[in-house]
Amino acid sequence: MSGPFAPGRRVRVKALYPPGHTRTPWYTRGREGVILDLVDVEPDPEERAYGRPGLPAVPVWRVVFAQHELWPDYAGPAGDRVVVGIFEPWLEPVEERS
Amino acid sequence: MSHDHHEHDHDHDHEHDHGHGHPPGERHPFQPDLEDGPYTWHMALADAVEALLLEKGIFRPEEMRRTLEDIDSKTPANGARLVARAWVDPAFKARLLADVNAAAAELGIDAGPIPIRAVECRPGEHHVIVCTLCSCYPRLLLGAAPDWYKARAYRSRVVREPRAVLAELGLELSEEVAVVVHDSTAELRFMVLPERPAGTEGWDEARLAALVTRDCLIGVARPEVPRA
Amino acid sequence: MRRHHDMGGLPAGPVERTEHDHAPWEKKVDAILRLLVAKKVMTLDELRRGIEELGPGAYDELSYFERWIRSITNILLEKGVLGVHELGRAIEAAKARRAAAEACPKTVPTA
Repeated sequence: MSGPFAPGRRVRVKALYPPGHTRTPWYTRGREGVILDLVDVEPDPEERAYGRPGLPAVPVWRVVFAQHELWPDYAGPAGDRVVVGIFEPWLEPVEERS
Repeated sequence: MSHDHHEHDHDHDHEHDHGHGHPPGERHPFQPDLEDGPYTWHMALADAVEALLLEKGIFRPEEMRRTLEDIDSKTPANGARLVARAWVDPAFKARLLADVNAAAAELGIDAGPIPIRAVECRPGEHHVIVCTLCSCYPRLLLGAAPDWYKARAYRSRVVREPRAVLAELGLELSEEVAVVVHDSTAELRFMVLPERPAGTEGWDEARLAALVTRDCLIGVARPEVPRA
Repeated sequence: MRRHHDMGGLPAGPVERTEHDHAPWEKKVDAILRLLVAKKVMTLDELRRGIEELGPGAYDELSYFERWIRSITNILLEKGVLGVHELGRAIEAAKARRAAAEACPKTVPTA
């Protein structure tokens, strides 16, 4: 895979809040995580949910979010995390801080 | 549980003349599930939709029967067999982690068309699965999800306070163990590959599989060796 | 616009270990959905969208497979696979079959 999305890359889920069907959980929006791997290339559920084919298919990435990133008041250890499949149109690259 | 499936072994027009008992000689096309208790509006809706889809030829009675048999054939025992084999056969475990559906096929288990990924518990790392948006579950391998998995409390809270939820379900984890929650959002399902418990050295696969409950495969329990 | 089904992270009560064996009618709903997906009449995405559009009230008041059959029905109506009027007749026919079977269960063959 070329482009800004690849395992190990830091990404942010877009802070968009449209009505309608999506598979991007609310709690991940605007949050940063790290790409774990490519799930697959899948027809877009936001299209298929309305009876359209959802093509071309879009890549879906598993993104690892630290619990402390999702919930600033998270009480558990730093290693706790949530892994969520995110469809690529919802992702934007995050510039690595140097 | 009864396996009293509906039999539709004929295809006459069953939409009409049904209001007043059975005409002589007519075989009843839809055997009601009398053990379901009161016949609710939603049960009638399900029967009506099925009747119309059969009438329109969208699917055939034998396809319905086979699908119901397939639903009954999927149980957590399928997952337990995969785990037990992975515990005794490192090469199989590698194949299971690479592709659950293909590894299941090796054991003669049809895991269905939706890909399933195994997430491996290790010392210092525990995995648990959820679907916060609906209730995706590896049902084509393990059968139906338990009600609590589909209910609001689990779906809402396990991504926010997994340790508290696991404790409520009877699994206390030390702070040394990282908790990794997998939220199923795409066409990918997850099953947990638990750690093999100590004290099971030399056990055969059937004995090991008996330790692996459905809850172990969800990640809300760990396999436990019964005290002698 | 956060919708009701998108509940990850929201406060909720304790997890109660509820479960039940699925009733035959619930398995039937499951089977109908599987066949419709296999026949490419509808998709899981449409099923999910239909459940979400039942709204928060239905989400809390209906059981899991009640939500499914409601969503399946709505999607089939949208697609023109089913018509409203024929569905109404079929529901009454199903009730009549049930009433007849309860009145004389011994006439129901087992195969």
